Amino acid sequence: MSDSATPAPPRGLPMIPEASGALAIIGLGAIGYFLFPDDLAFLTRLIGITLLVLSLDLVTGYCGVATLGHAAQFGVAAYAAGIACVRGVTDPIALLGVGLVAGTMMGLISGALITRFRGLPQLVLSIAVGQLVAALANKLSWLTGGSDGLSGITPGKVFGLYGFDMYSRTAFLFSLGVLLIVFVVLSRFVRSPFGLMCRGIKDDDLRARMIGVSIYPRLVVMYGVSGAVAGLGGALTAISTGVVGLDSVSFERSAEVLVMLVLGGAGHLWGALAGALIFQIFEHIVAAANPFHWMMLVGLLLIGIVVFAPRGLIAPVMALATRLARKGDA
Amino acid sequence: MTELFKARNISLAFGGLRVAQDVSFKLAAGDRVALIGPNGAGKTTLVNLMTGDLAPGNGRFTMAGDDITGFSIAERVRRGLVRTFQTTRLFQTLTVADNVALAIMQRRRITRRVFSAATERPDVRAEWLEILALLGLDRLAYRQVVELAYGQQRLIELAIGLALHPKVLLLDEPAAGVPHDEAPKILEAIDRLPPDIAVLMIEHDMDLVFKFAKRVLVLAAGRLIFEGAPSDVTADHEVRRAYLGSYADARSAS
Repeated sequence: MSDSATPAPPRGLPMIPEASGALAIIGLGAIGYFLFPDDLAFLTRLIGITLLVLSLDLVTGYCGVATLGHAAQFGVAAYAAGIACVRGVTDPIALLGVGLVAGTMMGLISGALITRFRGLPQLVLSIAVGQLVAALANKLSWLTGGSDGLSGITPGKVFGLYGFDMYSRTAFLFSLGVLLIVFVVLSRFVRSPFGLMCRGIKDDDLRARMIGVSIYPRLVVMYGVSGAVAGLGGALTAISTGVVGLDSVSFERSAEVLVMLVLGGAGHLWGALAGALIFQIFEHIVAAANPFHWMMLVGLLLIGIVVFAPRGLIAPVMALATRLARKGDA
Repeated sequence: MTELFKARNISLAFGGLRVAQDVSFKLAAGDRVALIGPNGAGKTTLVNLMTGDLAPGNGRFTMAGDDITGFSIAERVRRGLVRTFQTTRLFQTLTVADNVALAIMQRRRITRRVFSAATERPDVRAEWLEILALLGLDRLAYRQVVELAYGQQRLIELAIGLALHPKVLLLDEPAAGVPHDEAPKILEAIDRLPPDIAVLMIEHDMDLVFKFAKRVLVLAAGRLIFEGAPSDVTADHEVRRAYLGSYADARSAS
């Protein structure tokens, strides 16, 4: 750091975070598409879950809300898109819209309940909301297919041109496109005054109130945005896999995405992205290599990461980047 | 002078402990008031009551004639009632610039925007630069608050207070913990506050009190036992007994 009177703004052009996010996703997508053409179905599912992890990051990483019920937003949107498709709305973009709206509504409802409280009551309430949605999905079997799952989801062509093929090429590229747009939009969103204030609320909510902020409505709005992102993930999963099962609203799903977020590093979009990718790819490879003991290996990996990088895998990378930037300033 | 803030018959008890007993006072435009009293007299409690952090058992608060007793903390801030904290409460993981910029943006009602720039908005940036320069913090603008020394964090508390353009500013021991060479910056910043706002300062440092205050309130055991000019405070018998006496006791005990 120099001691000059006027500090320079942080280095970089205004659109750098958005551009680097877009490039990274395109690069990773190209690797997946060209080098692993047989795994596109898996990679498509991975993108759906990645959106859920990003969504969770918005409330947990940016606002400090503890939740173990985040699959509710994802699952409700997946069911909504699936049901709409079975009942005749087959345009994939329209189905995404259905998922977006359903996810947002579910997010607003969950947020209105969950963010009223803090700490353990909040966590318990989030589990309760998740369980309620899971129970409803099971009980309303005339609508959701119950424990058999909702099947027969056959979406039409994307833009009326690209049909969903058995190699999942269209599904993968379609999902990748959605992830790209969401990531770029969120990169901007989290650096906006609204996003910055959410990080402030997470740091110290009394300080936030003492500068005149009403916290509750902001957290509910953030939950709505988060629900929209989760909803896109849910709708994509319904569209690309053609089925929606009870697993999409399950407690395990909620817990798993929280693990991915902590693994990658909560409070950074890059952390959510890295955590989702690494966890799911590791799980995929290990489960194929050793179908009997893979859960143990995943557990060991997590323990290792929590011990050696308690703030997530992204934290040491960010620290290094900051140090390099400072060295550049000097 | 225009009356900005009024406390009328404020009382509060925690169980059997009466932390505020029938406290009444007024703050007018341009007031520079020191609130003093021995430890445990209820000074910070009174500030917490004024800001809405605590609800009084009895009594009313008014601002510019409007009853604000039932208002939330945030509503009072939006009306111009701003405080700093005795132990710093800052956005620890954000930068110094972000901390001040959030206050500026909140005052200007732009923190609901979801796509525009934040701290680096040119008009916002110009404002936090000016405030940080006033307090000698400008070279720390892009440091995380958590990395800074406690004294510097105290100055950021004040910077946030200034950024909110208060009408009534409550300073809870603004100089406590600030290194000796930086303390004058605090007094200087307080001197430069707009003359038409009311400032109430809790302070133990009597030198600072005499430099700053035109009026002194003395609180002891939750009761206001003196209100008057700084020059009269040391002469008042009850104050000597309640407040200065405790110093004498402490000195003889040590």
